[in-house]
Amino acid sequence: MRISTFWYCLKEGVKNICRNVWFSLASVATISACIFLFCLFFSIIVNIQHVVKNAEGTIGITVFFDEELSEEQIRELGTQIGEMPQISDMEFTSAQEAWESMKSDYFAGHEELAEGFADDNPLAGSASYQIFLRDITTQDQVVEALEQTPGVRQVNYSNSAAEGLSSFNAIIGILSFVIIGVLLAVSVFLISNTINVAASFRKNENEIMRYIGATNYMIRAPFVVEGLVIGLMGAVLPLIGMYFLYLRAVGYLAARFQIISRIFQFLPLSQIFPYMTAVAVLLGLGIGFFASFFTIRKHLKV
Amino acid sequence: MIEITNVYKTYDTGNKALRNINITIEDGEFVFIIGRSGSGKSTLLKLLLKEVEPTSGKIVVNDMNLGKMPRRYVPKYRRRLGVVFQDFRLLKDRNVYENVAFAQRVIGASPRKMRERVPSMLQMVGLSSKYKSFPQQLSGGEQQRVAIARALINRPEVLLADEPTGNLDHHNAIEIMKLLDKINRMGTTVIVVTHSNELVNLMRRRVITMDRGCIVSDEEGGAVHED
Repeated sequence: MRISTFWYCLKEGVKNICRNVWFSLASVATISACIFLFCLFFSIIVNIQHVVKNAEGTIGITVFFDEELSEEQIRELGTQIGEMPQISDMEFTSAQEAWESMKSDYFAGHEELAEGFADDNPLAGSASYQIFLRDITTQDQVVEALEQTPGVRQVNYSNSAAEGLSSFNAIIGILSFVIIGVLLAVSVFLISNTINVAASFRKNENEIMRYIGATNYMIRAPFVVEGLVIGLMGAVLPLIGMYFLYLRAVGYLAARFQIISRIFQFLPLSQIFPYMTAVAVLLGLGIGFFASFFTIRKHLKV
Repeated sequence: MIEITNVYKTYDTGNKALRNINITIEDGEFVFIIGRSGSGKSTLLKLLLKEVEPTSGKIVVNDMNLGKMPRRYVPKYRRRLGVVFQDFRLLKDRNVYENVAFAQRVIGASPRKMRERVPSMLQMVGLSSKYKSFPQQLSGGEQQRVAIARALINRPEVLLADEPTGNLDHHNAIEIMKLLDKINRMGTTVIVVTHSNELVNLMRRRVITMDRGCIVSDEEGGAVHED
């Protein structure tokens, strides 16, 4: 493609927008609204997932081993278990450490009561591994594998917490999927309408182009440019709004509701904004491209 | 050369627009196609433009069999034809120069080529001085000249003119016919569909007369007499 042809298509696309400026503005406004809502949900979802992820890191599986196994044998078993891909981290607690922990938890201030067990650790044989998973949804699978491991006596885990977090994740996923789907459909419909109006404005021009021998690509290009520009504008405007809104909202919530900020650690904007920008821009361009590309197809019949 | 052999065209509505059409047009010929409304003249032009397909029969234009031509080759084929319409079909938001350059631009010609060809084409149709004018500032005859310049800028082998003088007064109609004659003498095959018997008689060229989808006469240097 010649550079002059590229600039021509770009100029014609922009001219299309200016020619029916109100339709174009309406499309930009609607896509902006859709992408703004998307950004809002995106922020909420990634923040919730961040909390869920943090929670996943604190919910562990505790594995106890057969009493006759020595600490060395248990550590060997631990190494073997640690090779499971689902496991993100493991902590070993020896029987002595377990007893020390129990003493400090339950006999604090009354250490003399624990003296009776000085030479006879009541938790002997209670050496354990605390296992943390990469993804809480794999807990059942890991527990099953652990229970079948020779030398493992008992596996303790919190099924309800895992299920709760998993279903919460799933609900968020479905909800966001549905909302984004509806927003996409609305945006595509609106751009498609705008392109239809532009095509009717250019009907005469398109006909002449066809008779002269312009390729479909050449006829289509200005409309696709129009769709892309509308999509891009529809993405950039809400991103600017979201940038300031997020900063304000996080600052406000942290200042006004300290309890929330203790439970809920907001992700810094710098961490989510690049992803949000990439997704929003791709979404805007994608909606613009596909809506214009497919809408103009019916005007290309020769 | 254009060869139309045993062509029939029936539209989906059942309207039999063309029946057993056989025409051969040599390179560099000037041919009038005349006939009443609904006689099939425009359908014939549409077939040559590959805007519609024949129901049966064969159309070959400059060794290209239109029936076997894939859709993707249609734009390239159309670059070898020039088309002029009764209603000019100029772009109202562009001046004369831009209207003519438009035909070059949409086929991806280089700006250098456009700068070379557009002024010479405007000179040929006698509109050099009006290159900055917009269509609404021109007379009907001048607008048709712009349309002819646009049709010729890509140097087509065949020029198809569908009622090119239909919207013009007598004087302008004759001027346009003279221009088409000049173009023909430069080597372009010209096919003109018209209602104007007067112009046909004036030009004394080959005349194909159509009626109800059939060719009723095909005469060299023909003249038409009012019924």
